[in-house]
Parts: sequence; C-alpha cells; structure tokens
Amino acid sequence: MAEVDEANKPLFAGLSDVSISEDIPVEGDIAVPMASSSGDDEFSTLDEPVKDTILRDLKAVGNKFVHVMYPKKSSALLRDWDLWGPLLLCVTLALLLQGGSADSKEDGGPQFAEVFVIIWFGSVIITLNSKLLGGTISFFQSLCVLGYCILPLTVAMLVCRLVLLLLNAATASFIVRLVIVTASFGWSTFASTAFLADSQPTNRKALVVYPVFLFYFVIGWMILTFSPSS
Amino acid sequence: MANNDFLLQFQEFDEDGTLSGNTKDSTSVDMDDMVKSQKQNKTTGPTPFGVENDELDTDDDKAELLSNGKSKNAPFWTFEYYQMFFDVDTQEVKERIFGSVLPWRGKNFVRLHIRSNPDLYGPFWICATLVFAIAISGNISTFLKHHGNPQYKYVPEFRKVTMAATAIYTYAWLVPLALWGFLTWRNSKVVNSVTYSFLEIVCVYGYSLSIYIPAVVLWIIPNEGVRWFSIVAALCLSGSVLVMTFWPAIRDDHRRVAIAIIVTIVALHVLLAVGCKAYFFSTREYDNTSIMGQKEDIKTVATKTP
Repeated sequence: MAEVDEANKPLFAGLSDVSISEDIPVEGDIAVPMASSSGDDEFSTLDEPVKDTILRDLKAVGNKFVHVMYPKKSSALLRDWDLWGPLLLCVTLALLLQGGSADSKEDGGPQFAEVFVIIWFGSVIITLNSKLLGGTISFFQSLCVLGYCILPLTVAMLVCRLVLLLLNAATASFIVRLVIVTASFGWSTFASTAFLADSQPTNRKALVVYPVFLFYFVIGWMILTFSPSS
Repeated sequence: MANNDFLLQFQEFDEDGTLSGNTKDSTSVDMDDMVKSQKQNKTTGPTPFGVENDELDTDDDKAELLSNGKSKNAPFWTFEYYQMFFDVDTQEVKERIFGSVLPWRGKNFVRLHIRSNPDLYGPFWICATLVFAIAISGNISTFLKHHGNPQYKYVPEFRKVTMAATAIYTYAWLVPLALWGFLTWRNSKVVNSVTYSFLEIVCVYGYSLSIYIPAVVLWIIPNEGVRWFSIVAALCLSGSVLVMTFWPAIRDDHRRVAIAIIVTIVALHVLLAVGCKAYFFSTREYDNTSIMGQKEDIKTVATKTP
C-alpha cells in the first residue's frame, strides 16, 4: 500500500498544489459571463418599443420561410423553433379554404375549425409517432418543422385561387391546379424530410416519412378539391 | 481514501471480459443480443416446412421469457411503456403487411410474423390510410358519375371522412376487444393450446385491413363488375388470413362454438366491406338525379311547344 503511494506520488505531485485547504476561504464570482449579458437582454427587451419586438419575430419567421423554400441541411429551423410561423400559415390556409359558401346548407367544403384541427392534430400525431419510433427530435421542434413546411402548399392555394378566377375552362384549370398542387406537395414532403430524417434511426426512416407524406397528401387534396361558390 | 485506492489500483478482469464484482446486468444484455441475433437469422434464412413449427415454438418461448423480463417493466403512464409497441423496423412492417395479404397454408400469421412483438404502428396507420383512401376515392367516383350533368355541383364531402374514421377505427379496435374477451372467457372453461393477447389480435385485424387499400382505389372505376370482383377478392384474402389465425385458438372447443366464432368473424368482415361500399359508392343517387333531370327537360319541352 505504502509502496503504491510512493510510486504514485511523483506522478500526481502537481495535484497537491491545486488542492484547497480548509482554512483559505474560496472567493470569486461563480456567475457565467453569458448569464449576466442575457439578464441585461431581458431588461432591454421589456423596454424596447413594440415595433422592434414584432419586427424581430417577423424576421425570424421570414428567415425560416427562406429555409423552407430552399431546403438545405441547416439547423436553423430546429435550433430556434417557434410556432408563430405555423400559426400564421395555418390561419391563412384555413381562411383561403373558405369558399364563401357559408350560406348554403349543402356546403361540403371544410370549415375553418376542421382545417385547423386537421393541421394541428395531424402534426401532433406525426410528432408522437416519430418520438415513439425512437426519434431524437423534440416535440416542439417537430411541430415547428411540420408547420413551416406547409408554406409551399399555402402558396399553391393562393395560385389555385388566382387560376380559378382567371381561367374559365374547367378542364384546363383543373389540370393546371393539379400540376401546381402536386409540385407543392412534393416540395413540402421533401423539405420536411430533409429536416426530420436525420433524427431517426436508419432502419425506420420510411416508417416516419410515410405519415408526413399522408399528412401533406390530405392537405393537398383539400386544396385541389376547393371549389368556390359561384 | 479506500475509493481512491480502488481507482488507482490495477483491476483484475474475469475470463468473460467483465470486471470482477460487477452486477449481472451485463450478462443479461449479452443474452438478449444473442437471442436477437438468433431471431434475425430466423427471418433471413429459409427453414424447412416440416420442422418449422417446433423451432418457432421453442424460439417463441425463449423470446417471450426474455422479453417479459427485459422490457415490460415500465408502468403504463410513462412514455417508455408505449415505445415498446413501436419497436419495429421498416422491413418488419413490410413483411407483416405481405404476410397478412397472402395466406399460406399451415403458417400462422401471429406465430410467423408477430412473434411476441405486437406493434401499434401498423394497425393505426393502416386504418388512417384506409379512412382517407375511402373518403377520397368515394369523392372521385361520385364526381366521375355526375361528370356530364350540368346541374351537379361538386362538393368535397368532408363529413364522410368522419363517418369513415368512426366505422373503421371501431371495427379495428372494438371487434378485437370483444373477440379477446370471448376467447379469454372460453379459455377459462376449455383450455386451448393457443392463446393470443389483446394486442396480437389488434395487430392481426389491423394488418388484415391492408388489402382493402388497393381494393378501395380500384373502386374508383365506375364499372360494377370490377368493383364486385375487387371486393370479393379482398374479402377472400383477408378473411382467410383471419380464419387461419383464429382456427388454432378455438379448435379445441366445442364444435358449435368454434363454427359460430368463425362465422361471426367472417360476417363482420363482410359487413364492413359491403357497408363501406354502399355508403361511399352508392349508385342510387345517380338514378334519382338523372330522373329528376329528365322530368325537368320534359317540363321545359312541354311549356315551349305551344
């Protein structure tokens, strides 16, 4: 035992200098320098004008829109998730899907609440599915990605409404709308899998991608079958 | 002090590579890996037909004992408990779907594919796909029927999605519950050689609905002959899988009870298929609107001629 200590002492001799004896009080500032600056930030965000706050959030949302339209392997959507963008897109899509046929009884189109429920409930179910299959993405990050990737479909909805206004021939407008909706559905699915697929174990990727495909397919179907009341 | 000496001293290793004085957790992990690699060898390599049932039974017993010890300890209010039911790979899901569609004489779907690893992924997402497939193809077929009719205004009928969802999810979850309850009750009276757990029955029913997805897509074609052919073919395939799965569980029972159970299973299956076809793809609407159109044409012709 003593020999082992003797043999070890030269190796660990430097440690005795580092050890703190009990009669010397330890002083210093334990606070991490980053913490103090974020504390200052909190104060300043309370005092800044509302316009600055709104513009900052809008810039973050706009930045994420750009990332969805040009899906690259970046972690911007995942790291700083927010749910403002999905809310904005969902409300816009639900409003656009109102055919103005609220007065007719035989209205077969989706109500605002139905679209809202389908989008949010569907996103929650897909997120739960990917987490149950062993995904490493967090709940709100996944909701954020799925919500932001509705952007191509919302743009397609706008274009479809324009086409319905401008083109009167039923078959031609249908074919044009079909092409637009198919392209945007493919874009949405591709964009969301580019963000989500990395967080899944390799032998279950298809199991996670398929519900996303089904989700955007149903939303695309709702857009394609939109018929305004004439 | 004693701990520091322990860390600085050279540790003796046992023959099997584990640290001496370690707990037996590491040994149980090795057994699980061995059994898992055995399982994988089973799925990849072909086995002779005659020997198969015995080998499957012994592997099942071993796998059941180990899986019971390994993972079913999480209480039901934690997330990990539900993660146990999603422990499948893409390849396994594909195999299960094909196994439920192509009935093989003598091979039991539960024994061959589920193998004490029932999953909830298949039943849930196959039912969801079937709901949307029925609603969408019903909508398309209604549109195609009334295509030439100028008075027809196209409505996407989203109410029907809710109806379809209720019907299919009820069939896929309540019928297995009733069947499981009945089989458990019979099991207390007449001991059967084969018993199924509730989740295994849910799995069988969920995967057996997968044949209806291509059948429903075929129903878009307005030809009645094609529709009836596809529905009969789908019924035969999935019905035979169901019958062959449940026959071993009830063949030790009284003859009448066994026949009654089989007839009920098949009857409910037929009821679901025919009910969906009648509700979503009904041909009676067309006759009404075309007759009404003809009546109005006759009226306008009558008023025009002086």
